[in-house]
Amino acid sequence: MSLGLDDGLAGGTGAEADGQDCLDGNALAGPLSEFSAGDLTVAEGRCENCGMTGVLATTRVYAHAPGMTARCRGCGSVLLRLTEAGGRTVLDLRGLSYLSIQRD
Amino acid sequence: MGIISSGFRGRRNKDQPGLPPGQYLTESFPVLSAGPTPRIDTAEWEFQLTTEAGQKHSWSWDDFQNLPQEEFTVDIHCVTSWSKFGTRWKGVSMDTFFQDVDTSHPYTMFSSYGGYTTNLPMEDILNGKAWIVHQFDGEDLQPAHGGPARLLVPHLYFWKSAKWVRGLRMMDRNDPGFWETNGYNLHGDPWLEERYW
Amino acid sequence: MSRTWRTADVVEARFETATARTLALQFPEPVSSIGGQHVDIRLTAPDGYTAVRSYSVAGTLPPTGLEITVEELEDGEVSPYLVRDLTVGDQVEMRGPVGGWFVWQPSDTSPVQLIGGGSGVVPLMAMVRSHRAAGSTAPMQLLYSVRGPSSIIYRGELEKLEASSPPLPVEYVYTREAPAGEPVGRLSPATLMPRILPPEADPAVFICGATGFVEAVAAWLVDAGYTEGRIKTERYGGTGDGS
Ligand SMILES: Cc1cc2nc3c(=O)[nH]c(=O)nc-3n(C[C@H](O)[C@H](O)[C@H](O)COP(=O)(O)OP(=O)(O)OC[C@H]3O[C@@H](n4cnc5c(N)ncnc54)[C@H](O)[C@@H]3O)c2cc1C
Ligand SMILES: [Zn+2]
Repeated sequence: MSLGLDDGLAGGTGAEADGQDCLDGNALAGPLSEFSAGDLTVAEGRCENCGMTGVLATTRVYAHAPGMTARCRGCGSVLLRLTEAGGRTVLDLRGLSYLSIQRD
Repeated sequence: MGIISSGFRGRRNKDQPGLPPGQYLTESFPVLSAGPTPRIDTAEWEFQLTTEAGQKHSWSWDDFQNLPQEEFTVDIHCVTSWSKFGTRWKGVSMDTFFQDVDTSHPYTMFSSYGGYTTNLPMEDILNGKAWIVHQFDGEDLQPAHGGPARLLVPHLYFWKSAKWVRGLRMMDRNDPGFWETNGYNLHGDPWLEERYW
Repeated sequence: MSRTWRTADVVEARFETATARTLALQFPEPVSSIGGQHVDIRLTAPDGYTAVRSYSVAGTLPPTGLEITVEELEDGEVSPYLVRDLTVGDQVEMRGPVGGWFVWQPSDTSPVQLIGGGSGVVPLMAMVRSHRAAGSTAPMQLLYSVRGPSSIIYRGELEKLEASSPPLPVEYVYTREAPAGEPVGRLSPATLMPRILPPEADPAVFICGATGFVEAVAAWLVDAGYTEGRIKTERYGGTGDGS
């Protein structure tokens, strides 16, 4: 698949090897704004599976699907699932042990 | 509902006979996935069916290839709105896998390499309604499309047709799978537009 | 009921290239944005079908407006409509601006290297514009990978910025077709590294474009010794056009 965006890279890319595209966790910001006026993509989360911590914005998001799936950059396991189906936004956080955010 | 963009039609070709409600026809074969594409060596591949008694029935790739093969052509319907007519597949009917299986549970949970799951009632996978397929259009199934083998349940929305399928277990309740826990319908009949909760 | 979606009026539309168009949107109430953020645009067809896509904010039109720039993807569902069909006076629904990670804050005084491929230049331009508007003295430069001169978005404005004082250093990488005297060729570590701030400058790096572009460039930078934690990315999707 080509997004029609200029790529022009020498050699193959990780995404090609992977056979598909993913987005950054930044792309979750819109749907997550349905839950919180503050931006949740800057929250730090801990992967329930491998213990790696990182901000949600840096996770890998697979969006060519019925919903968005954010995966851990360390171990690839599912951190978060988000669907916007039938007028309802559903957020499943089972892969995260916690989310933490810096207060002002 | 929000404001209407009168000129916006989407990519949709909707006035086609044979299309379920709210679907459009596509010639391409979009790749949908909730994660990276796993690379599965057929030498390592195994398909396993686990009954309520804990009994395990397993098939290696060779076992699978030696089962009676069926070739068939069906229409497929994705909940993201595209439908594709006349897709040609080759694989093994779920009836064949269940031949020597002793179970009275009415539901199943399929699982995949990569961790995907989807729930299906027995009545939707038996009697020639579902297959484990390994060829599309006369070619080995591409990893991006679920190869080496995927489940195919063409009469339900395509998220039920789990890619990279590796097994199923019997359930007495209709527990939800990966998308069914998150907003998508437990059943998913495109003709009844069973898309969402 | 959530109130995140707002209705915007399209008040201006102008082509940046043959296939990219900037849309100016106005809201009934004030709207603000930090450089690098995006909005979600929702279109509803007459039969109720909806499609949502994300677009980076290209710049703000204080107090109640902002701009986006959309590159047409021929077989796409939404972008051809936004580039070809939408007209001034139409309305669209919008959620945002959102995103607090892939952003450049004018209060940050450290050096900044922006790296964009194709329409990936859009949020980087928002950063450049806010850098100018704030009169920031943080060193900032842009590397922009394009197919050819005719696909440069914001060309006139970038030329002015390059010629202004202090100038905005802009490096172009032409991947298909180059102006006379300029090299043409694919982006590689060898073509990239000499044209960006060195790792010793420890710049904040923002990379945006097709997913394949972003992944390759980010990996090269890490290999070359740039601090991983200083690199922020915005993948637009697509495996990248390798052709
Ligand atoms: C945070 C963010 C910011 C962005 N900012 C901008 C911006 O400023 N400017 C800009 O031009 N773009 C931007 N994009 C990209 C934009 O959101 C759209 O992806 C782009 O406009 C294409 O949309 P489309 O509807 O035209 O194409 P689509 O119809 O979505 O098609 C895109 C491609 O994917 C293929 N495809 C479609 N559906 C599927 C599927 N289900 N599975 C697999 N492949 C499929 C198509 O064949 C096509 O090649 C941004 C993306 C993100 C995530
Ligand atoms: Zn992990």
